[in-house]
Amino acid sequence: MPNITLIEAVNLAMASEMRRDPSVVVLGEDIGRNGGVFRATLGLLDEFGPDRVIDTPLAETLVAAMAIGLSTQGIRAVAEIQFSGFMYPCVDQVVNHATRYRNRTRGRLTCPMVIRAPNGGGIHAPEHHSESLETTFAHMPGLRVVAPSSPARAYGLLLAAIRDPDPVIFLEPTRLYRLFKQPVEDNGEALPLDTCFIDRSGSDITLVSWGAMMHDTRVAADQLAAEGISAEIIDVATIKPLDLDTILESVAKTGRCVIISESARAGGWASEIAAGLAEHGLLTLFAPVMRVAGYDTPMPLAKQERVYIPDVSRILHEVRKVFDLAPK
Amino acid sequence: MLHCANSSGKNRVLPSAIAKPAAKAQAAQPTVNPLTELSSATTKVASYDVFLTRYLNPDGSLAAEPPAFAKDRDTARAMYELMVRTRLFDKKAVALQRTGQLGTYAAVLGQEAIGVAIGHALAADDIFIPAYREYAAQFARGVPMHSILQYWGGDERGMAYPAGTPSHHDFPLSVPIATHIPHAIGVAYAIKLKNERRVVLASCGDGATSKGDWYEAVSSAKVWNLPIVFLVNNNGWAISMPSHRQTGAQNYAQKGFAGGITGEQVDGNDVIATRAVLSAAIERARDGGGPSLVEALTYRLHDHTTADDARRYRPEAEVTAAWERCPVKRYKAYLETAGFWSQADEDALIAAGTAAAEAAAQTFTATQPQAPEAIFDHLYETLPKSMAWQREEVRARGPVGGGH
Repeated sequence: MPNITLIEAVNLAMASEMRRDPSVVVLGEDIGRNGGVFRATLGLLDEFGPDRVIDTPLAETLVAAMAIGLSTQGIRAVAEIQFSGFMYPCVDQVVNHATRYRNRTRGRLTCPMVIRAPNGGGIHAPEHHSESLETTFAHMPGLRVVAPSSPARAYGLLLAAIRDPDPVIFLEPTRLYRLFKQPVEDNGEALPLDTCFIDRSGSDITLVSWGAMMHDTRVAADQLAAEGISAEIIDVATIKPLDLDTILESVAKTGRCVIISESARAGGWASEIAAGLAEHGLLTLFAPVMRVAGYDTPMPLAKQERVYIPDVSRILHEVRKVFDLAPK
Repeated sequence: MLHCANSSGKNRVLPSAIAKPAAKAQAAQPTVNPLTELSSATTKVASYDVFLTRYLNPDGSLAAEPPAFAKDRDTARAMYELMVRTRLFDKKAVALQRTGQLGTYAAVLGQEAIGVAIGHALAADDIFIPAYREYAAQFARGVPMHSILQYWGGDERGMAYPAGTPSHHDFPLSVPIATHIPHAIGVAYAIKLKNERRVVLASCGDGATSKGDWYEAVSSAKVWNLPIVFLVNNNGWAISMPSHRQTGAQNYAQKGFAGGITGEQVDGNDVIATRAVLSAAIERARDGGGPSLVEALTYRLHDHTTADDARRYRPEAEVTAAWERCPVKRYKAYLETAGFWSQADEDALIAAGTAAAEAAAQTFTATQPQAPEAIFDHLYETLPKSMAWQREEVRARGPVGGGH
């Protein structure tokens, strides 16, 4: 079983599915000969040719709209947007069309498509390259939003996203692209798109996160373990639709919960999860649910991005507040 | 190719239908090779001509020898019947809205010829991506009149379009301006990928050409030489904004040249010219000639929608003058002169068309409402388990409120 990075797992999933299903195409800016700015589509042009590996003009609305048009004709379109900040021109297409054709036509036209993009900061990229968009898309009815946190999950979830009959936004954690490797077998097995992963079992507190923040959350949990605190980690890799049940079950066991997200705090997906816990899990809690999130500012330019992005110390700070209120 | 006077072979009395009887408008010229030595500081590297096609003058007299389809009695009559039936439907729809039985409705009064031309120019397998005023084309492709009423009446089932008709693979009418146009790129790319001989016709209004979505489509279509016809219904007004406030461009056809595709104008109130030009563009695309842009010149005789009052911004004299260019009157005069149409035909058509519109209204008003929980039924292929409780809550709560 090859030991590969997350970006290699993304590449592997696309190649694997393109081999299996001739109706799969990939499209986007610089994805052909160049292999994508992060090299996610490396080698696809040579293997599958320019008809199925489509270099598009520099037009993000077009990329999303073209994926919609393709998918309505039974072509499974996997579109790449180079950086998350450039996804905003796609929002109109996604919310007004991709998520609605099935509903508007009573099932006559559907959009089995994926829009992939790197998500979040931490790689010192230029302005508008480091935004976190999961909440923006998660608020749109009819959509699936997925944010893997490991090579294995990136592979299995991307396969599932491509095979799904409805539009999926697939947000790849930019700073985990090459951070670590993991053995991933190209077995064609998809992971479920509506179930949280219990990343690590524990008994004292539930740490809920997704995407790149899963890495910091795991490091924080290691430190807590050294202090004798057993943290259960839940990876909400399938952000929308949200599997609240798995989180509720965990919190029923631990009685404490901190939710860690990189995107802005106000109205964020951490807030949605916290509201779900308040509605359905309040009586199992020993302490308030705390959120660790990006501040309600734009993503700063590179020199200040670490001010914005939550880190291990901020996670531990909120965890300590919880244990101050409800000692173990 | 366009049908022009010389194509008939015998009648050379009438001038060509295209205003400038020259070669087709030129597509983008190659720019000067930067390594070529130039003899002056500035050199012309490209120029473009925009042509206008018209066969019928506003009074119905012939501006040029009509193409064969217009000389075919059955075809010529069928086009007129569709135009008049659409106008009668439109009148009924407005009446329904005015009497509180229909929601906001976008009338097509004055623009019926374009829909008729689309409906007759497209092949059954072709794919129509409409804006929201081309009812005649939708009727021709199998959309029942009551479906249009259902849509504007607030019922998604009005976009289901019946199986077994060409409309079943067409797109539903699209209210957001221009955002549906780039879908044509993906649809046409899929057609090429599957080696099909189908063509996509994507239509919009003049205001839509101000939007980036529209331009991204027009700019990219030639990159893959896609089988697309972009149709711009230039009815003179984008709600309250006249064309000269929309763009500094002399016309909308020329915007095609910016994307490397031929743009041309047609008199959109001349159903013969509009069908001829669209057919030529469609068949050119089908034969591998690539995309083109057609600007159909027409006039919105009604308000933008029933929620609009055009008297607030539009001189009545302009509307009165525009009635002189009415597509129905013009085409009827042609048919009468050709001996294809009589007063008895007219009386019968008015009676049948009125009855059809009335029947559509009856079907619409008699339609049972959807179950409340139907709002969840086409959201995803399979409703996520986490949403099951929402559907159940709506189902248990039962019907709420009135609606139309």
